Amino acid sequence: MHGFANPARFLRLARWMMPLLLVSGLLLSMGAVLYGALIVPPDRLMGDTVRILFIHVPSAWLGMAGWSTIAIASLVELVWRHPLAAIAGRAAAVPGATFTAICLITGSIWARPTWGTWWVWDGRLTSFLVLLFLYFGYIALSGAAQRDMAGGGGGSRITAIFGLVGAINIPIINRSVVWWNSLHQPPSITAGKSAIDGTFLWPLLIAALGFSLVFGGVVLARMRTLLADIQAEARLRRKAMA
Amino acid sequence: MREGLEQWDYVVAALTIGVIGTLLLVGWSLAAMIRAERRRDKVRGK
Repeated sequence: MHGFANPARFLRLARWMMPLLLVSGLLLSMGAVLYGALIVPPDRLMGDTVRILFIHVPSAWLGMAGWSTIAIASLVELVWRHPLAAIAGRAAAVPGATFTAICLITGSIWARPTWGTWWVWDGRLTSFLVLLFLYFGYIALSGAAQRDMAGGGGGSRITAIFGLVGAINIPIINRSVVWWNSLHQPPSITAGKSAIDGTFLWPLLIAALGFSLVFGGVVLARMRTLLADIQAEARLRRKAMA
Repeated sequence: MREGLEQWDYVVAALTIGVIGTLLLVGWSLAAMIRAERRRDKVRGK
């Protein structure tokens, strides 16, 4: 893993991987969403609204995966002081927040015809809204830490600690529909088992794979952006001191 | 029939928001990356 601590080596890898992830991800995800919208039959109970599944569920998984990435990167940054870990954590924040917001909005739209209401303050929806606010806090904190780092401060460690502490919300989101009564359905896919019929399951898994590849491509693009910013700032500081 | 039409309104709204949100995220990330790398190259004098 430390082999990729060298930014030049990482950039060589990211240059060909990023477009590959983005193109394949967009093709798979958009194809699966189109297939779900036009070809999959309506559900016996939910009717045509079941088609929202193909965008809502991958967004929910990626919202949680984004914070899991932040938590792992924070741990690696704090324990092993891997130079790219802080950048990886910060790079996952904006895509994670975007997919969390998409999940909340599409879920609310799905709830209206299914539950008869746009929103309920139950465990699942509330903990997911908290996740969005955690993302906003992390993005603000990491921006401040970057400015602080230019002045030689230790703001990056505070951001990493926030990333680790915020991870407590992930198991709460996951178990919320089991722990508390909710209008939201219990988990449909658990380890090795699925309550979803294959007609819906396969396009859902392909959509999830496609959106995950897009997420990976966006994280690599964000890492390249942050690295380029750091390198430009370092060069400007050296020029100013010379 | 009316119910069927209403269901499609919700489906179209949700899928449009999801797809446009994803495409905006990809477009914004690429634009920011290109801008940042151009600035770095300019600072380096390339």
